[in-house]
Amino acid sequence: MPPHQDRLQFESWGRYPRLPAEVRPLYWKEDFPPPQVSSAKMLAVGMGRSYGDVCLLQNGTLLRTPNLDRLISFDAQTGLLRCEAGVTLAEILDFAVPRGWFLPVSPGTKYVTVGGAIANDIHGKNHHVAGTFGLHTPCFELIRSDGTQIVCSATQNPDMYAATIGGIGLTGLISWAEVQMRPIVSRLIRYQSTQFVGLEEFVALSRASTQEYSVAWIDCVAQGRNFARGIFIQGLHDENPGPLTPLAKPKLALPFDLPDFALNRSSVGAFNTLYYHKQITKQRSGLTDYEPFFYPLDRILQWNRLYGQQGLLQFQCVLPWASDTLGMTELLKAITASGLASFLAVIKVFGDVVSPGMMSFPMPGITLALDFPIRREVSFALLDRLAAITAEFGGRMYPAKDACMSAAHFQQFYPQWEQWAVYIDPSFSSSFWQRVAGLA
Amino acid sequence: MPKRDPGFPSSVLVLGATSSIAIATMRRLAAGNSRFMLVARHSDRLTAVAQDLLTRGAATVDIWVMDLDDTAAHPEMLAAAAERLGKIDLALIAHGVLGDQQAAEADFEIAAAILHTNFISTVSLLTWLGNYFQTQRGGALAVVSSVAGDRGRKSNYVYGASKGALNIFLEGLRNRIDRDGVQVLTIKPGFVATPMTAHVAHNALFATPDQVARGILKAIERRRDVAYLPWFWFWIMLLVRAIPGSRFKKMNM
Repeated sequence: MPPHQDRLQFESWGRYPRLPAEVRPLYWKEDFPPPQVSSAKMLAVGMGRSYGDVCLLQNGTLLRTPNLDRLISFDAQTGLLRCEAGVTLAEILDFAVPRGWFLPVSPGTKYVTVGGAIANDIHGKNHHVAGTFGLHTPCFELIRSDGTQIVCSATQNPDMYAATIGGIGLTGLISWAEVQMRPIVSRLIRYQSTQFVGLEEFVALSRASTQEYSVAWIDCVAQGRNFARGIFIQGLHDENPGPLTPLAKPKLALPFDLPDFALNRSSVGAFNTLYYHKQITKQRSGLTDYEPFFYPLDRILQWNRLYGQQGLLQFQCVLPWASDTLGMTELLKAITASGLASFLAVIKVFGDVVSPGMMSFPMPGITLALDFPIRREVSFALLDRLAAITAEFGGRMYPAKDACMSAAHFQQFYPQWEQWAVYIDPSFSSSFWQRVAGLA
Repeated sequence: MPKRDPGFPSSVLVLGATSSIAIATMRRLAAGNSRFMLVARHSDRLTAVAQDLLTRGAATVDIWVMDLDDTAAHPEMLAAAAERLGKIDLALIAHGVLGDQQAAEADFEIAAAILHTNFISTVSLLTWLGNYFQTQRGGALAVVSSVAGDRGRKSNYVYGASKGALNIFLEGLRNRIDRDGVQVLTIKPGFVATPMTAHVAHNALFATPDQVARGILKAIERRRDVAYLPWFWFWIMLLVRAIPGSRFKKMNM
């Protein structure tokens, strides 16, 4: 077998599209920029947990960062952590939780790198109070392809700081970053979950919630009187001193791809009905470890393989409050009408905490995230329809979860894109960028 | 054999401290408040590793920049390590090169350089450390060898020979100083995802450095002599060693 053969196919989490590239791991900061300069472009990639093609570069060089995994310093008084950018949030939690500190923002998986979290300016269940990840990274270092090292913060090179947060990895390699952790006294989360039917009820629950974390699961299959039913989940770190050391971690990796027929309308409908009624009473509350609360899907490593060989398409948008719940109703109607069941749909209210990132995705309003199996014609047609509704209601889509946004839509969603593009490293690119900038 | 103290090893000398297996092993020890002396060639990399260990809880980390090929400079470095650490509980030898087999077939100097780094320089370290531990009447000497030392294969027999020679040397040293309470551990990893193997395709047999590190620490705790890591390499190599030479010479591996 020739070298690199198995690594030519570096896959993003959605496993679509599949684009050939040369994959080279970085082990030390000095491995960048790579010595052999070729005309092909490059892109730094962490865990590859973004769904579509922001972490892909057809026929380019992917520089993998997860071996840049060293901690640099930690201030046990203030909770300020400095680490190399390939450190994952899972590694940070393993280090910090026993010391009484927690991530400022947790996405739906802990298997992402700090560099990726900054580049996609990720958000979590506490967006309504804490904003995005970039708000909690006061300082980081960017290395450009010419070798220039730029320390970026709100006061030092502030334009490059703003361009890199949410800059989808195109401004250069983030080599290290500071993360401002938040204190906890227990691993436990005090949570409450409530059934709802309809978007009005969801919005009312979100507005009434005073807790740090909130999110809802929403059924995108049920129609009629069950339309937009779901479970609203809120929680906060337990304030009573409790366990900080980790529990045994059973992990179940899906060792194979399920056949494509495993996810169809009836199996997903049945799953959703069961999930909804798992909630036997209208409201439940209790204490749980943070792992199942924040990262339920991480228990099944490689759950993306549930979608079979073809992969999956993910869609996430945010719609501003201006249209109230009208736009979201349109989206949900289009999804239920399509019959393309989504295994898991998540809906959340974003807050108005402003990110320092120029190209950050969140805005005040409601965000919806869900995935679809890839069925030729229908899936892409549906995503076009959802993008059109998003555009019509003044919202935007999330590059980290996208594989098919058109250039016209991207440029409408992010009208600042041209001012931002001047900060792109001349040797960096991604397949996403080539598409949405109209370069492909 | 008496059981190890729960705090063992509290003082650790690491030769080749920027190797992935060494780093993964040290990280697991750092949480236990150990003291370290790290030796490797690249000062920037050593500093990065030292900061990482200190952040993770190491009590002290000293670094010493040198090329371990320079055997004449070994005694000075080793004496300094013994002095700075007070006493050495564990010496982990992890430096080594895979080398370019095809180049080594064509040019003896290249073969000799591989043998020097993997075997001769290690013998120099082991001579000093063996005597040190024997005098101390305790401690552990853990040396990263390889399953490649179990049989000579056309794809990497120069590397394999350096590790095979090392295995014999370690066996003899163990025979000499085990009776003084010194553990001599031969570590035989299979395929590990490290910079050494970054150029080859990774299959299901590849282990992470951390999996190997866990195995090393367990083997030290249990005072083992030889550890195949991960464990399934014991069975793989048992089979490979059982292939008759007349058959083995015709195989492509």
